[in-house]
Amino acid sequence: MPKLIVIIISAVLVNNFVLMRFLGICPFLGVSKRVSTAAGMSGAVLFVMTMASVVTWLIYRYILVPFGLVYLQTVSFILVIAALVQLVELALQKLSPALYKALGIFLPLITTNCAVLGVSVLNIQKEFTLVETTVFGAAAALGFGVAMMIFSGLRERIELCDTPLPFRGTAISLITAGLLSLAFMGFTGLVNL
Amino acid sequence: MLTAVTAMAILALALAFGIAMAARIFAVVTDPRAELIEGALPGANCGACGLPGCSELARRIAEGKAPVGACPVGGEPVAAEIARIMGEAFEGGCERQVALVLCNGSDQVAAKRFFYNGVFDCASAALVAGGDKACTYGCLGFGTCAAVCPFGAIDMLPGGLAVVDPSRCTGCTKCVSACPRGIIRMVPAGRRVHILCSNHEKGAAAKKKCAVACIACQKCVKAAPEGAITMDNFLAVVDYSKDIPDPVAAECPMSTIVVRPGEACAGDAGRTAAAGGEG
Repeated sequence: MPKLIVIIISAVLVNNFVLMRFLGICPFLGVSKRVSTAAGMSGAVLFVMTMASVVTWLIYRYILVPFGLVYLQTVSFILVIAALVQLVELALQKLSPALYKALGIFLPLITTNCAVLGVSVLNIQKEFTLVETTVFGAAAALGFGVAMMIFSGLRERIELCDTPLPFRGTAISLITAGLLSLAFMGFTGLVNL
Repeated sequence: MLTAVTAMAILALALAFGIAMAARIFAVVTDPRAELIEGALPGANCGACGLPGCSELARRIAEGKAPVGACPVGGEPVAAEIARIMGEAFEGGCERQVALVLCNGSDQVAAKRFFYNGVFDCASAALVAGGDKACTYGCLGFGTCAAVCPFGAIDMLPGGLAVVDPSRCTGCTKCVSACPRGIIRMVPAGRRVHILCSNHEKGAAAKKKCAVACIACQKCVKAAPEGAITMDNFLAVVDYSKDIPDPVAAECPMSTIVVRPGEACAGDAGRTAAAGGEG
């Protein structure tokens, strides 16, 4: 149990996926213009990352390792994640139209989110158990969500500011992301994992 | 090598089979017409119809919950196309509405009270002592409406005045809700005579602030057909359901009333815009 708490703190704050590991930067910059879309994306990521962590862990443990195919890890994980997102989308549309509508376009977009692949690979590297893997996946997605919410809130405020002309748009967003990443470095050393 | 190929092939096949099965099990029956209708809609997802997006409107129309002409942006051509998809008869109406900025007070004619040097946005400017323009009913000219227009139909004149181009305006009403002054109004596209002022102050006060303000002299009210122009708290207001002949504009001593080319009605070629007909 203490290890699970350490994993959560580590994934959300200390080794935040976006701000410390620099994974999932593409949706971080792409859909962070508004807090509402950022929240939608975070929700979809939370859903997919947790599922993907579990499924890739099972694939690795019960297919790749027994057959000595560990070197196919990246390829098979990409394949599984893409198929999984498709499956989830199909199932959601039927089973929970409300959630499907809420996640909307963000669900298929996640197929290409490297944070999802990153969390799957890290699970294997850190030799987590299935429970730890599930917790790590969800916590990493929460960390992604925290970064998204902070960043989109900042961007909404910046939009209203009188930014100097050369810095408007992407430039000031990237500077903000950099400063935010620096701020998160303050968590370094809080827990060790 | 062989194990690798076999394992990946089996994995891929299993996933493909899984997706195929899921597609069968979780198949959602959708009306094929909804897709066709979505193709016919403008696809701007502007929300002018009151629904979250074009696909939602398409679904509603296919289900018969919304009329074929529910898209105010697409207007008549789109409505006709959707009616064809739905197999309904569509009688062409000329209801196209366009936005109109009810102010003609550019910086050349309208006085300013102070120099505003804040955020370049109408809402922000309006918060600072009611805006820099002396007339508190006038266009602030920072282009908030032009910025929200998804169709680029609003031009900002150099004198700090927003002007809607009726040919590009699709009637999505986004500018109407964006304007902090509330001086943008939806009017029928075929109309030619407009009173471009929103100032409700008495004549003398309005005249001091703007050279083209309505001074409530009521000359136009008398010249126009009964009820076509009415006075509302010292401001002449056009009732767009009634026809106003062009010469009424010449009656205005302040040049507040303008004549702009109206749009000919596509569905009713018999009446031309030149005759001031229903647009």
